Amino acid sequence: MKITGAEILIESLKKEGVDTVFGIPGGVVLQIFDALYNEKDLRFILTRHEQGAAHAADGYARAKGKPGVALVTSGPGATNIVTGIANAHMDSIPIVVITGQVATRMIGNDAFQEADIVGITRPCTKYNFLVKDVDELAKTIKEAFYIASTGRPGPVLVDLPKDVSGARTDFVYPEKVSLRSYNPTYYGNKWQIKQAAQAIVRAKRPVIYAGGGVILSKASEALKELAEVNEIPVTLTLMGLGGFPGTHPLFLGMLGMHGTYAANMAVHDSDLLIAIGSRFDDRVTGKVTEFAPKAHIIHIDIDPTNIRKNIHVDTPIVGDVKNVLTELNKELKAFEESRGQGIKERKPWHAQIKAWEEEHPLAYKKSNKTIKPQYVIEKIYELTGGDAIVATDVGQHQMWVAQYFKFDRPGTNLTSGGLGTMGFGFPAAIGAQIACPDKLVFNVAGDGSFQMNVQELATAVLNKLPVKVAIINNGSLGMVRQWQELFFNRHYSGSILDGTPDYVKLAEAYGAVGLRAKSPSEVERVIKEAISIKRPVVMDFVVDPEENVFPMVPAGGANADMIFEEASQGEKEKGTGKKGRKNSVLPA
Amino acid sequence: MQHIINILVENKFGVLSRVSGLFSGRGFNIETISVGPTLDPSMSQMTIITMGDERIIEQIIKQLNKLIDVIKVVDLSEKDYIVRETALIKIHTSRPEDRGEALRITEIFRARVVDSTPATYTIEITGDENKIDAIINLLRPLGIKDIVRTGKIAIAREEMKAVALQEAKKIRA
Repeated sequence: MKITGAEILIESLKKEGVDTVFGIPGGVVLQIFDALYNEKDLRFILTRHEQGAAHAADGYARAKGKPGVALVTSGPGATNIVTGIANAHMDSIPIVVITGQVATRMIGNDAFQEADIVGITRPCTKYNFLVKDVDELAKTIKEAFYIASTGRPGPVLVDLPKDVSGARTDFVYPEKVSLRSYNPTYYGNKWQIKQAAQAIVRAKRPVIYAGGGVILSKASEALKELAEVNEIPVTLTLMGLGGFPGTHPLFLGMLGMHGTYAANMAVHDSDLLIAIGSRFDDRVTGKVTEFAPKAHIIHIDIDPTNIRKNIHVDTPIVGDVKNVLTELNKELKAFEESRGQGIKERKPWHAQIKAWEEEHPLAYKKSNKTIKPQYVIEKIYELTGGDAIVATDVGQHQMWVAQYFKFDRPGTNLTSGGLGTMGFGFPAAIGAQIACPDKLVFNVAGDGSFQMNVQELATAVLNKLPVKVAIINNGSLGMVRQWQELFFNRHYSGSILDGTPDYVKLAEAYGAVGLRAKSPSEVERVIKEAISIKRPVVMDFVVDPEENVFPMVPAGGANADMIFEEASQGEKEKGTGKKGRKNSVLPA
Repeated sequence: MQHIINILVENKFGVLSRVSGLFSGRGFNIETISVGPTLDPSMSQMTIITMGDERIIEQIIKQLNKLIDVIKVVDLSEKDYIVRETALIKIHTSRPEDRGEALRITEIFRARVVDSTPATYTIEITGDENKIDAIINLLRPLGIKDIVRTGKIAIAREEMKAVALQEAKKIRA
């Protein structure tokens, strides 16, 4: 029986196990929305902006560990979704985005609501397709999901012209995909793995530095085994948080620009750095030439372009992190007898790390007058018992969550790491809540970030999604303000958010619940109340507007030269507004 | 250092844009690029001349390999190769002595006159970059009206060792 392209699309999505589609309709996708009208097995979530649809699909994918799907119209619908695609691309998140397109005969004619979205998204998708023939559609959808979810995952866009979704053909869904030009390497080179094992056995000061690849490849257990059996301390990138338990005694905290002192010092002084599913991002390395200068570097990654992109690597291993770690753990069993001796020789290393941890632990000045943002995060952690999915936006609050919320499980830390997209958190939380209806889902947001996708309150209310938004309200674009304070003579140019709305009333206007805490004594009550309400809640935490994220490595500085709160407080009192340190450099 | 990279790609629309977009997006240079069909109509062959140190060339090759439509990437600079370029040069030849001089130069370079009017010659020349630059320099005094150059194309030389070995085996048999 011949069915329409629109029906083929829906059937294909179902074959891929898709249960939810996020999006907004429009002129050229009417046929597809008509096919969705009586559809029982596919839930369509109408967002209020296409960017929200992409982030929701992204949050769904991160929380569920399988591709999220968005469906939007041509032209502005398609261009609005570009930020969400670029965000997923930078963080290697599998999403499949279907965009409508004007009819094939109109393409290139500057038709109404026409945009060359395949051209626009070429550099920010893993791959994209323009479907010109309805007979190609089922195969294209199969390939889209295959490419999005295999190898190093990423977003795939399928552009579907109006006449193709209206044309009819027989529906045959391919069983298999084979692309001669796409063959990711899943198993690491045996010889290289052997080399890595020997380096691990020899090392006196080893550190594991793991990233989002551990979560994407579902390798947490293998990582834990590697760390525990060989007693190697672990630091994680922002994207890696949750890939190794945040409460584990071997965990050093996050590394990099706002990482812990112990993590950055350990990496700096290590003689062996085991980089796993991480890509030596500039926020991680600081000044590259002074990053792990004494270390033999092992780098395990599925994407060969990540290896030696930013830093010299001694033992590169291309492969799926889980497979490689499993092999590496096996290989290390050969050294079982001598292991005790090696671990004994590392005693001074562990003692040194402990000393660093005690020297500069994560700390902030407590107050019983104003709410400290870190206190809010600590309380959310405490009152949820850490058993929550936390989506964040981008800025100071994001760093405080990374520092003070101890993520124990993969898929619970949803954050925009690579692109740094303000406005990501709330729609991502919506997607995560749909993916995991029984989980407690928080969105810790800045007041700046929250306003960037605040319209999705309607989506949360309408779909009865009990997402808890915790606004860390400091009345400014806090991270920008912090940099201006530290590096630009306190010229708060464009960073003060005057004219912000009353978030409690705003929440109520949408039919959500609004709560506010103005003093530290109210924080616990507000969080408890929010958790007890089974509806969307917006919590407005009016926090100390002067609070900064510390420790901090100034952009371009070396990780071993961190600034701490006390030092900057001194400067504040002197009123110079400048740091007196030798590594003071302008932001990059 | 200059590198010659041969890329075998799927013959689909948009592939050239993916390859060139990769270079521009990541700040790599393209000195010349040429694209042509292969024996298999489903594939195309690209030859790209690029510059960069070892680290950049390694990234270029890895990034090219990462593109979904790229089937094979070969850096010819690691091997012995033959590189060729073709130019079509249109010169003014209104004076009779210029026509004679043009023909002499054409002969010396083993080029060909492929079009002729009373006032112009169009000369076709194939060779490496130096040869084409040399003929252009010699023709310049006559007055060059127009030049069109193809990008470079290149192919690896068959390894002599392997051929010699096969021959040796044959003789022994």
